Amino acid sequence: MSRLEVRKTYKLYIDGKFPRSESGRSYPALGADGEVLARVARASRKDLRDAVRAARNAQEGWAGATAYNRGQVIYRIAETLEDRAGTFVEQLMELGYTRAKSEKEVADSVDLVVWYAGWADKFPQVLGNLNPVAGPFFNISVPEPTGVVGVVAPEEPALYGLVGTVVPVMVPGNVSVVLAAEGAPMPAITFAEVLATSDVPAGVVNVLTGSKDELVPWLADHMDVDAVDATGAPQHLVERIEEGAVHNVKRTLLPGEWSLRSPYRIAAFTETKTVWHPKGR
Amino acid sequence: MSRFPTTTHTPLLWEYAPSRESTDIVEIEDRYGLFIDGEFREPKSGKWFDTVNPATEEKLATVAEAGPKDVDDAVKAARAAFEGPWGRMSPSERAKHVFRIARMIQERSRELAVLEVLDGGKPIKEARDVDLPLVAAHFFYYAGWADKLEYAFPGAKPKPLGVAGQVIPWNFPLLMLAWKVAPALAAGNTVVLKPAETTPLSALLFAQIAAEAGLPPGVVNVVTGAGETGQLVVTHPGVDKVAFTGSTAVGKLIRSQVAGTGKKLTLELGGKAANIIFEDAPLDQAVEGVINGIFFNQGHVCCAGSRLLVEESIHDRFVDKVKRRLQTLRVGDPLDKNTDVGAINSRQQLEKIEELVESGVAEGAEMYQPDCPLPAKGFWFRPTLFTGVSQSHRIAQEEIFGPVLSILTFRTPEEAVEKANNTPYGLSAGVWTSKGSRILWMADRMKAGVVWANTYNKFDPTSPFGGYKESGFGREGGRHGLLPYLDWSE
Repeated sequence: MSRLEVRKTYKLYIDGKFPRSESGRSYPALGADGEVLARVARASRKDLRDAVRAARNAQEGWAGATAYNRGQVIYRIAETLEDRAGTFVEQLMELGYTRAKSEKEVADSVDLVVWYAGWADKFPQVLGNLNPVAGPFFNISVPEPTGVVGVVAPEEPALYGLVGTVVPVMVPGNVSVVLAAEGAPMPAITFAEVLATSDVPAGVVNVLTGSKDELVPWLADHMDVDAVDATGAPQHLVERIEEGAVHNVKRTLLPGEWSLRSPYRIAAFTETKTVWHPKGR
Repeated sequence: MSRFPTTTHTPLLWEYAPSRESTDIVEIEDRYGLFIDGEFREPKSGKWFDTVNPATEEKLATVAEAGPKDVDDAVKAARAAFEGPWGRMSPSERAKHVFRIARMIQERSRELAVLEVLDGGKPIKEARDVDLPLVAAHFFYYAGWADKLEYAFPGAKPKPLGVAGQVIPWNFPLLMLAWKVAPALAAGNTVVLKPAETTPLSALLFAQIAAEAGLPPGVVNVVTGAGETGQLVVTHPGVDKVAFTGSTAVGKLIRSQVAGTGKKLTLELGGKAANIIFEDAPLDQAVEGVINGIFFNQGHVCCAGSRLLVEESIHDRFVDKVKRRLQTLRVGDPLDKNTDVGAINSRQQLEKIEELVESGVAEGAEMYQPDCPLPAKGFWFRPTLFTGVSQSHRIAQEEIFGPVLSILTFRTPEEAVEKANNTPYGLSAGVWTSKGSRILWMADRMKAGVVWANTYNKFDPTSPFGGYKESGFGREGGRHGLLPYLDWSE
């Protein structure tokens, strides 16, 4: 006798929870042949504000965790991602990727998370230094997290692009509000489930599905967002992000500036702090 | 019993014999054209403006105002040099060019210092002992990077960007030039520089030095003018990289103009730094740090310690010490070697300071100024402090960019951090305490690009400088100062 499948409801990921959009809206996630795979939440401006607030509240704690601890949490993401590999392969194939391509992308994504996990307690040594000033001073420069980062995830590669934008932002202690690929929302929400079960504190990463045209301007203009990764924004929205960045001097990472596997992608969302102290008896 | 007689608490006011630096060392021409493609040219705009000595209001020279055609010529000259001799030159030869400039600046250091004083109003003591040594050191430091760029950041293979358009302020005219031009040249770029309207002369003398040094024509171009000229530089499509130091308002305008162009941008903008004094600080040293923090260069310093946060328990005692020290500051002729506080850079800036100080009085803060005589001519403002300042007062929120200190109190380290960070700015901060762990705890929490602990207003070419939040982005100085002038894409 056939059994009725229990379908998953695809919701948002805000503050460690999976709420529907407060607006009650959803939109169809389409497969390669145009079939409706599921209806996913279409985030509203209020959802975006809630996500920014959750991120801000989580920022101090995440930045204050030791680099060793952040590295372990990110490594744990890789473990959980590997565990869910089958689901991601299926979801990528639904988007029209071949099985071989899907399997490779999932494997590469897991390996990319491991690569970034290892950076957490190393990038400050690579990007910071003691400065040999001409005087009796101790003088050190260290990279610190910028704060709340808006991430516009690329439409494709659907999983590798998401992982390669979200994870480097986490490494130095930033928190994020992620606008998922509009055309590939299901892997993004599955990735949110991975995050939720990987010891990532609530609010450190928040994932919104919905319309980029609608959400990006609100993200770009939000005065409590410190930076925006525009990697996954189409050109007309890149300019919109740059215009929004004016209001509170947001940092922006434009498409193509750094590859998805680069320590300089970590550096893009850090601020160099220099501390001076005199030497003396 | 002390072996030393106790000193009186009244300030020691005695007359200093005048000790005026001679201006014979510098020869100012009547008129300066634009420095484009290695030569001084008449402006195609046909426009000129005067630059005055803010200490006397006397005209020093007439300077060309670059218009659209002039800026276009400068950008084209810079592009030709980038694609020509400068771009083709080996990095080691480029390094030698920049080293040579550093040496020539050292040779003509006093001349440049005096010119800086005449055109900008800062005390000779500072121009001679702070600005000029740092200018030469900056060129010397970055010169050495020119042929070592691939070692700066692991795994990256940097390439120069092209033409850098640079717009600099009037508070440290030549030092800001050095901060911009030295890393740009070391990275292999060419430059179109727009000095501030009120302080163009040292940049023009620098242009002469660059020409005498044999720097190929077009590598450095100096286009003088006001804000409109700066706009022309920033918006010129032939400019690949924009670097600006100045107000946050203008910085935001530039950010919007650069949006969508693909130009690289660095902004070094305003500040409202907290200088935090704990009860256990070495108080007499802290007083010196507070005075230096706000009255250095008449307070025309983006990283000035303009908000003094004093632990409540020592407020009265500490403020008394600061007031006494204030009385000993010598305000007046910037050319006098004993002068501590020189002239305000321009009438416009003086009016801005006066307006904000009036707001401080109107909003209920208590003002204190020493009773020092001011010269009859020129632009002057007495060193000023306000007590009883609350966080909502304009003098606690807005950048005054003058010799005005706003004093607030705190009770706990947490409150000090909260108040220090309660500003859209994030350029610098100071903390004074004898407890090492607290210094590091505070340094971790302050949203500021530079934290001076038990010191203030120290600068070095090897040490990155730049802001958090609305104080801008990008760093100047050190290895990090190379990042904005190179294409690092993999």
